[in-house]
Amino acid sequence: MTAPLGMLAELTHRCPLHCPYCSNPLELVHRDRELTTDQWRSILTQARALGVLQVHMSGGEPLARRDLPELVSHASGLGCYVNLVTSGLGLTEARMADLAVRGIEHVQLSIQAADPERADIIAGTRAAKHKRAAAAAVRSAGLPLTVNAVLHRRNHDQVAAIIDLAEELGADRLELANTQFYGWALRNRAALMPTRAQLDAAEPVVRAARQRLAGRMEVIYVLADYQDRLPKPCMHGWGARQLTVAPDGTVLPCPSAHVITTLTFDNACERPLAEIWYDSPSFNAYRGEDWMRDPCRSCSRRGIDFGGCRCQAFLLTGAAENTDPVCALSPNHDVVLRAVAPTEDLPFVMRR
Amino acid sequence: MSEWAPRLRRGARLGFDPVRRAPVVLHPEGVLLLNATAEAVIAACDGVATVPDIVARLDERYAGVRAEDVLTLLRGLVARGVLHPEETR
Ligand SMILES: C[S@@+](CC[C@H](N)C(=O)[O-])C[C@H]1O[C@@H](n2cnc3c(N)ncnc32)[C@H](O)[C@@H]1O
Ligand code: SF4
Ligand code: SF4
Repeated sequence: MTAPLGMLAELTHRCPLHCPYCSNPLELVHRDRELTTDQWRSILTQARALGVLQVHMSGGEPLARRDLPELVSHASGLGCYVNLVTSGLGLTEARMADLAVRGIEHVQLSIQAADPERADIIAGTRAAKHKRAAAAAVRSAGLPLTVNAVLHRRNHDQVAAIIDLAEELGADRLELANTQFYGWALRNRAALMPTRAQLDAAEPVVRAARQRLAGRMEVIYVLADYQDRLPKPCMHGWGARQLTVAPDGTVLPCPSAHVITTLTFDNACERPLAEIWYDSPSFNAYRGEDWMRDPCRSCSRRGIDFGGCRCQAFLLTGAAENTDPVCALSPNHDVVLRAVAPTEDLPFVMRR
Repeated sequence: MSEWAPRLRRGARLGFDPVRRAPVVLHPEGVLLLNATAEAVIAACDGVATVPDIVARLDERYAGVRAEDVLTLLRGLVARGVLHPEETR
């Protein structure tokens, strides 16, 4: 077992947006249970000692934490590469310049759609008008910018226009990520599920954009999980490379792992991080291959995809040891086939 | 190819990890742990030196440097988003 390379620091679940595709849990951590600045400092110090070299400051909206600048200084001072994952609301030029001096080296800015009207409907607030200023602030701080757009039924037809917008914003990279169904996104799955026709239409658009923009803006396309026949190699394996610390200090192998109610997760304020990484039952639960059941157990792809996502297996089949039902070989694959079956347009349940 | 002068992408940098006692490259998409050769190759990618220059530079320090191996490594680093892609003119 090797040391982790990355840590997702979910500083807060507070957020001015209400994206129905949000992967945050339905049960959000309330402000009064958030960690203190000193607790985060200690976690970051322990993470670096454990081997973490990249810290993703995320949430919720990380800018909602007043102590973000101090935490960035601390992580960067330890030698970590610090990445800011933000909706851009509240990212003024002055704030960005300060964060860059303190050690942010890359910013990932989310957009909700190509045009302000639709983006604001998806965000559940007037969010779109802040994106240009946020992107400009990142650029004038001289930092690389990744624009992230989560794709779903209500914006998939805009892929071409989203690519144009990312180019206008001056992105170095654009990540077009089909919705992963966790948290609020799972709650809204039927409303968010892209149609086969939408997915088929997007592919040539992405391919053409990649050619046209080669060397200027990298375009990454994350396939629609449910509509792919092979499961994703989730997290490169359970407890293999990354860890997540939730706003209340719970330490997770991935941001969604809390859904696996058969496991008990440790808190970084109660147990040393290294012990949690190496010795805790939760982190050891699905390492290696001994936990696997058939068909994964005897499948030649088990070392490639690790049987898919444990959270998804738990959510959709009731047991995390099962094959991720996205896999066509899973005996539970029909739950996925039913979820992708065409439906009429449904209203969103907005994230709180 | 002979004109290609590889350079790191914006936001990517070489570093050293005192915990693993290993050279690393840190970049927006992740972290790569490097061996001494890969470190030397990346260190030579200054956007001025062409691939043959880099090979020559490495040849002064290491025995048995093969141009093909260096090129494979460079293309792998492009694929991983560490180096700028080769510009086609
Ligand atoms: C949970 S958000 C937190 C940071 C910030 N509030 C934002 O949205 O940029 C972290 C990243 O995950 C993306 N994201 C959120 N829900 C997702 C989902 N269901 N599937 C894929 N990506 C998702 C967001 O676009 C963002 O880039
Ligand atoms: S995905 Fe939307 S709602 Fe969720 S944290 Fe990010 S901005 Fe907030
Ligand atoms: S059976 Fe398991 S290991 Fe084989 S492809 Fe499906 S998920 Fe992957």
